[in-house]
Amino acid sequence: MIPGVDGFMYPNEVELQWSLLIVLYPYITGLVAGAFILASLERVFRVEAVRPTYRLALLTALSFMLVAPLPLQLHLGHPERSLEMYLTPHKSSAMAMFGFVYLWYLMVVLLLEIWLEYRSDIVRMAQTGSGISRLIYKALTLGSENISPAARIIDDKVGYAVTVIGIPSAFMLHGYVGFIFGSIKANPWWSTPLMPIVFLFSAMTSGIAAVLLLYMATTRFKKIAIDMRCLDTIAKYLFYTFVIDFTLEMLDLIHRTYEADESFRSLDFMVHTRLWGSQVVLQIFLGTLIPLSLLAANQLWRFAEARRRVMYVTACSLTLVGIFAMRWNVVIGGQLFSKSFLGYTTYKVAFVTREGLLPAILLMLLPFVIFVVLVKLLPPWERSEAH
Amino acid sequence: MRRLLKDWIHLVRPALVLLAGLGIFLIVRSMVIPKAFGQYGHYRPGALDLIRQRPISYAGQDACIMCHEDQAKVRAEGRHAHVSCEACHGPLASHAEDPGANSPKLPEVADLCRRCHEKDAAKPKTFPQVVTVEHSQGVACDACHKPHNPHL
Amino acid sequence: MDITRRDLFTVGGKLLVLASVGATLEQITGAAPPSEAYRMADHWWGMIIDIDACIGCGNCVRACSKENGVPKGYFRTWVERYQVAEGEQPHVESPDGAMEGFPPSARADLKSFFVPKLCNHCADSPCVQVCPVGATFVSPDGIVLVDETYCLGCRYCVQACPYGCRYLHPEKDTVDKCTLCYHRITQGLTTACCENCPTGARKLVDFKDPKDPVHDFLRNNKVEVLKPYMATRAKVYYKDLDGSVR
Repeated sequence: MIPGVDGFMYPNEVELQWSLLIVLYPYITGLVAGAFILASLERVFRVEAVRPTYRLALLTALSFMLVAPLPLQLHLGHPERSLEMYLTPHKSSAMAMFGFVYLWYLMVVLLLEIWLEYRSDIVRMAQTGSGISRLIYKALTLGSENISPAARIIDDKVGYAVTVIGIPSAFMLHGYVGFIFGSIKANPWWSTPLMPIVFLFSAMTSGIAAVLLLYMATTRFKKIAIDMRCLDTIAKYLFYTFVIDFTLEMLDLIHRTYEADESFRSLDFMVHTRLWGSQVVLQIFLGTLIPLSLLAANQLWRFAEARRRVMYVTACSLTLVGIFAMRWNVVIGGQLFSKSFLGYTTYKVAFVTREGLLPAILLMLLPFVIFVVLVKLLPPWERSEAH
Repeated sequence: MRRLLKDWIHLVRPALVLLAGLGIFLIVRSMVIPKAFGQYGHYRPGALDLIRQRPISYAGQDACIMCHEDQAKVRAEGRHAHVSCEACHGPLASHAEDPGANSPKLPEVADLCRRCHEKDAAKPKTFPQVVTVEHSQGVACDACHKPHNPHL
Repeated sequence: MDITRRDLFTVGGKLLVLASVGATLEQITGAAPPSEAYRMADHWWGMIIDIDACIGCGNCVRACSKENGVPKGYFRTWVERYQVAEGEQPHVESPDGAMEGFPPSARADLKSFFVPKLCNHCADSPCVQVCPVGATFVSPDGIVLVDETYCLGCRYCVQACPYGCRYLHPEKDTVDKCTLCYHRITQGLTTACCENCPTGARKLVDFKDPKDPVHDFLRNNKVEVLKPYMATRAKVYYKDLDGSVR
């Protein structure tokens, strides 16, 4: 008997191929997409109330975007060959095409939009700074110091266009990750047309929750008064997005249970045993139902400001945990059962290995380090003139 | 007109950065991409040659029969006619290559015979199988059955 | 006739020009055409397996492992033993892939049989479809292969294979799988597993060879591929495969 295996698994299936790092990767790209969508709420959909978080959301997206390829690199057997995905991309492979979606989104959407938004501040800081910081800002200006009102209007228009292109790009960024799983006919836990959409809405949920928490943290740290109207509006959009996300996931669940095809018996058993803690307790109960109740309560009743802040912090923290659990349940869950539907294996996370818990923790902390650096470099609330 | 140009000309700079990046990528690509990639399909045709070059371990019984005709004749008359030489004697391409230097070592007889002929419910009913402890009571299989033609 | 130094220079110069033109042409056009007898376009390989002939001896698993240097604990081929009770899920086992055969069955009263499995070398291979770089591919003669110098080790193909026949090689850190002994069949030998099967349960077949027994086999027997609903156009055909086989 093989330790950790119940029933029968094909001999090569016993060991999991996609580890904790592959759980981390859709989580991180999800935060990117979600943060960007929140930013676009103001820029394109004119939800003026969330304006104070616009720049913050862009910096959040960039922080996570820069870290996103790292779990993949650590996972690859030969990371030194990863350039091959750009040299000879296999057009039928969602993973290959995703490399270009990522590059497009980073270069043409995110970096360009941040540059356009911050340009006047960059030029100002290049002109007034000294020493190394002056050099950095001068480099960031890309050589142009024109911040006349006419130029700024053009920046605004182009920035608007970039955001408009950016919204479907952000959808693609995370929808593609969902498609990477959803298109695998060999795995019934993954194979569903709903997968890209579920991934997208859970990404938006996690991204909005992350920006909300970072906004509360940054205002507290910088001792700036928090804009409650902004906070309430973000919480409202978080609620809407979460409702759609939850509906989609329940739809998937109900559909599976009702149709009860060949895989159902095996998957059902897996959820009730190996995934009970991560799926039912962590994802559904703590990670969805409780935050949804807290957010719903704020739509139905008016609470005092201090209490609302506590509810938002709780709801958003639980949401982030719950969305992580969702990624875990998809990636790890999809490998815990045998494709023969006759057995199950176990996943043990090591600590100090290439794909272990320690690198995962460090990779999750890294975006926040980058975020702090970015906030210092490109302050979200210092303006040369009112926008 | 000139004022308009002055005010959007800075957009050319990020565009140039992107184009420069694209240019560098295309140059690197043409230098680094494997030769003849795509000749038969989306892969490196050299892979076919690489895989074909793997050394052979099992010579195949035609190679054995070239020298060991006598044993082959004995075998052809019995129930082991379709069991290849290396199925029992193990991989012997190195022996076929250089018979003097690499002489084969026969595996343990009891394990060898038992692997096929130990009775099991899943084996086809017509296949000759026995419960070896009862059948031979500790006596070696080849005390009675000659392996090349096992019929008694 | 006396060969002068001038003659040598003329001939040598011509040869040099020819050689460099040839070398340049090879650089431009790619691999030189193979000069041996084996032509890929003449073959379309597969395998036929007779379930009722398999005795679960594990010879194929051992032979494959030795022929191909398969790392311990991983399997390019393996044998499963099914024990099917009426109205129940089948009880299936494959101890170490059947490397040492099987221990005696727990029960003698159930429908039981052996199922050898390997890569099905699918013509519409889902594993090839998902490879991001072109490290795994279907060769012109129908074998699904992995280019170990090009594979990233992302394991997307391992996830996409419905049959569980791929694994990550622990030392090479690239994906590995059955090659249908490509190095043997291109030299007129059969695969290691077929060579060593004592009952002829496994047979290598070439669909493009009009004299190959596969054509009669497919016409005269009830045959099935594993998981036909996956529509992978698998090329390993099983005779008398029971419906309980997963």
